[in-house]
Amino acid sequence: MSASRLTKGGRIDRSRKVTFSWDGKTFEGFAGDTLASALMASGEQVLGRSFKYHRPRGIMSAGVEESGAIVTLGKGDRVEPNAKATMQELFDGLSASGQNAWPNVRCDVGAVLGLFGRFFSAGFYYKTFMGLPPFEWGRGTGIWMQYEKLIRKAAGMGEASREADPDSYDHVHAFCDMLVVGSGPAGLNAALTAAQQGKDVILVEQDFELGGDLLNQSDPAVETQRAELIDALQSAGVRIMTRTTTFGLYDYGTAGLLERVTDHVTAPSQDAPRQRFWTVRAGATVLATGALERTIAFTNNDRPGVMTAAAARTYLNRYGVLPGQNIVLCTNNDSAYVSASELAAAGAKVTVVDLRTDVGADQLGAMQTAGVAVKTGLVPLKALGGKTVSGVQLAREAGTGWAAAETLSCDLLLVSGGWSPVVNLLSHRGAKPAWDADLACFLPASCSENVVMAGSATGHWQAADCAASGIAAAKVAMGEDAQTPTLGGWDTPIKPVYEVRLPGSKTKSFVDPQHDVTCDDVRLAHQEGFVSVEHLKRYTTLGMATDQGKMGNVIGLALMAEAMGKDIPAVGTTRFRPPYTPIAIGALAGRNVGTHFKVMRRTPLHDWNLRHGATMTDAGLWHRPWYFARKGETINDAYIREATTVRETLGICDVSSLGKIAVQGPDASEFLNRVYTNAFAKLAVGKARYGIMLRDDGMVMDDGTTWRLSENDFLMTTTTTGAGRVMVFLEELLQTRWPDLKVHICSVSDQWAGVSIAGPQTRDVIAACMEDPDTVSADNLPFMGVKKIRLKGGIDGLIARISFSGELAYEIYVPSDYGEPMMDLLWSETEPRGGCLYGLEALGALRIEKGHVTGAELDGRVTIDDAGLGKMASTKKSFIGSTLRQRPELLREDRPQLVGIFPKDRSQTFNGGALLCKHGDNIGFGEGWVTACTHSPALGHWIGLGYIAGGHEAWQGKSVTATDPVRQGDVEVEIVSPHMFDPKGERMHG
Amino acid sequence: MIRIPCPFCGTRDHSEFSYGGDGSIQYPALDAPVQDWHDAVFQRENICGVQTETWQHVNGCRMWLLVDRDTMTHEIHDVRPAHPGMAKVLGVTS
Repeated sequence: MSASRLTKGGRIDRSRKVTFSWDGKTFEGFAGDTLASALMASGEQVLGRSFKYHRPRGIMSAGVEESGAIVTLGKGDRVEPNAKATMQELFDGLSASGQNAWPNVRCDVGAVLGLFGRFFSAGFYYKTFMGLPPFEWGRGTGIWMQYEKLIRKAAGMGEASREADPDSYDHVHAFCDMLVVGSGPAGLNAALTAAQQGKDVILVEQDFELGGDLLNQSDPAVETQRAELIDALQSAGVRIMTRTTTFGLYDYGTAGLLERVTDHVTAPSQDAPRQRFWTVRAGATVLATGALERTIAFTNNDRPGVMTAAAARTYLNRYGVLPGQNIVLCTNNDSAYVSASELAAAGAKVTVVDLRTDVGADQLGAMQTAGVAVKTGLVPLKALGGKTVSGVQLAREAGTGWAAAETLSCDLLLVSGGWSPVVNLLSHRGAKPAWDADLACFLPASCSENVVMAGSATGHWQAADCAASGIAAAKVAMGEDAQTPTLGGWDTPIKPVYEVRLPGSKTKSFVDPQHDVTCDDVRLAHQEGFVSVEHLKRYTTLGMATDQGKMGNVIGLALMAEAMGKDIPAVGTTRFRPPYTPIAIGALAGRNVGTHFKVMRRTPLHDWNLRHGATMTDAGLWHRPWYFARKGETINDAYIREATTVRETLGICDVSSLGKIAVQGPDASEFLNRVYTNAFAKLAVGKARYGIMLRDDGMVMDDGTTWRLSENDFLMTTTTTGAGRVMVFLEELLQTRWPDLKVHICSVSDQWAGVSIAGPQTRDVIAACMEDPDTVSADNLPFMGVKKIRLKGGIDGLIARISFSGELAYEIYVPSDYGEPMMDLLWSETEPRGGCLYGLEALGALRIEKGHVTGAELDGRVTIDDAGLGKMASTKKSFIGSTLRQRPELLREDRPQLVGIFPKDRSQTFNGGALLCKHGDNIGFGEGWVTACTHSPALGHWIGLGYIAGGHEAWQGKSVTATDPVRQGDVEVEIVSPHMFDPKGERMHG
Repeated sequence: MIRIPCPFCGTRDHSEFSYGGDGSIQYPALDAPVQDWHDAVFQRENICGVQTETWQHVNGCRMWLLVDRDTMTHEIHDVRPAHPGMAKVLGVTS
């Protein structure tokens, strides 16, 4: 191939030179070029190395179906591998390089693999290296894993960056009446038809210019027509999106779009995202996605210099590049003839080789006028030449097979094996394409949704027919009747040919060049019993990954059909899957990266906590104080000091993240009585009660206290992480099961700032903060009492005397905005008394000492009895879960039950998650597990909570091992009652 | 992506909703025998075709809805409030 840039013609702007680099060398092109057209014009021929065999590859097409010029774009942290050079718009500073080759694509040491090509057929690696002696005699898959590393190095594509992606990506949502995909004659006309009827239309084009195949024409009248259409679209208010690929079609008219915002810009604005991921919901969808030209399988059909016929026309008419001087054009249909005459007019010597012998006289006459030689009844058998094509050996039909014929020299071999409509998007909707024998292609089937196809995507081969079919499609999509033009449009019918080889010969003719799948691979798959095309696809990798069958699918199916002795419709086709072209992971993630990866919830006291030295930790979505280290303290020093201070004087802990649900209405107490396991119907006004909720299946769902503020007004608290789940379940119960209950519930979690104040001096501190100190006297506010209060400064709130730590303790809630004043007030009385602020780590230590359960213990697999709270399940009433918790399996006495755990040697520690095993029997699942552990300041040694079969009484005096093979090894432990500190609860009643 | 016409909010993406379960289940009384509860909680048909499901518009009006959805095509035939009183007010009944 000796391509050259023409001095005039094409859509490139010769006044705007563009400098770019390819494999480290500097090249020049023009504005309007693609990377492929600029490299072709610069005489570069080998642009890639193939996946398995490292065969040299050049430009095979001019579009999205490209399987040869697959390159790596960018460098450093902006590397994008496996990009198609035919799709990358040229810009100043573009950096591209070859991939899967060493030292470079032009001279690749790995090409030696090609010599052993016949060993690397479909499934070769698995057959050879996996499970086959002597490689793996009795050794599982261990050795395969080692081979796989080497194989992956040798075979493959470009390398992704291992650095963080420096670019940003946006998610955008849009709605429209009609989405039109593709801006060829069909798409432009469809969009205009709908817009002129007042529809809100989005027109999407993956190219950087509108027009589709209109861009590839030499006739100036076509350009005028294109410009007029675009003007009309703009005045009709069509939203036009170029550089945007519709990669997938989903239910209910939803489409996924990828807009490339800055991939063609030298120095993009810092504010612009690199790409936008659009979710478009369209009332109707018109797919004018065009058709892709097929190649023919013959020996060395992947040589640089072998290209589709229409691609040559694109390079000539759009990019002003004459791709070869001495061109042989092999075809089996009419579409290639216009390419032939235009290439000849541009100065090339062109020979058309047509398989058909009945080519029309008009066609032949036109060729004669253009100076194009035509040979009929011939097909390509073998491309000649080493790294690039130097000629072609032809074959003629002989009986049912082929026989070798003459050889022609050439520097560019163009092939047209027919056209395949792009039915991928409709296939995403599950509509199976149907084979049309006359047109030799799959045509889109009808779809039950409002998705209509148009243009060459429906088998219209002439531009005027495409335009008419676009108008018709828009009308159909709007619910009107419309007449569609007749399919096809060629004077002489296509004569299908998929593969050319001499009988019995082994060949290297490629069906899917992107994955190095050959015709022999397809036959081998059939020989080995793969009868379904879906299996064929997976076994040979034909049409998988980024290709999605664009180039090779039909040839592969034809070969499979031939091998099975069936015709193509009987074999069927594989389902195309999204995305149509690859999408960067960054675009899928959008802005949901880094700290925005998940929602972060802050309590109203967040800033106050930080100002007072809090180190934060994640608790579900919440950010909560972990510990408040003083100067020089480690986390261990800090939490032990905090927990000790709570037991000796007092401490304050932010509990605002607890779920809070207002339960109100005349049936509120009845509702709570059905939801909680214990009695709530007779809870007195001004009292709180600890309650447990079960799921329908009898397992514990959540726990918390509920406060009766007045006759019909309750405040329910839930665990921090269970709040959402509980709210949803309560809403379900009220709306679907008990609609007769007069209850209203409302989440008020964010409305209240809450603290827990615990320790022997708590009452003094709170009294000092009250407008009326008497409010919280032992008589006025007994254990589990609830009151509305007024703090100094007129802050109204709620107080409940409840304890999680086991100390004399209260929870105070004030409206969120009053959280900080409340903290200032409480802290001003706490600090002088030697009290402290404490975080989750100290809270954990305190509750573990007491054997109080949290989410670690209530993990959805435990019953109320397992958790040691069986006496809270009422026997006098029914409640959610009361029936199914009685299932025999859930009542077994040897179920794992909540226990406390001490290390036998009190100086030792063990880990949460360790398995509890019988001494000397630490194989298997063990008898239980550790859910939580801490240093206990009160007891002076390490303690834990966990579950073990039969509970602590069953293990009295027996030796148990906490085994944690991954982290720490074995620790001998004692199983004790979970109530490890102040078991009678005297402190909190003080 | 499924689009669900919420009777209170209009048509919204399914990501605003959360799936509940089989909407044809009649939960027994709290004191019903264990067999009834077992059937209601654990026995499910695996329907190929139209089934009634509960969905909650959890990131919207938080209403529980009964949705007749084709499990093969995602086609939604009907959506109505699960709360019979609400359905009555809107003039739709199940």
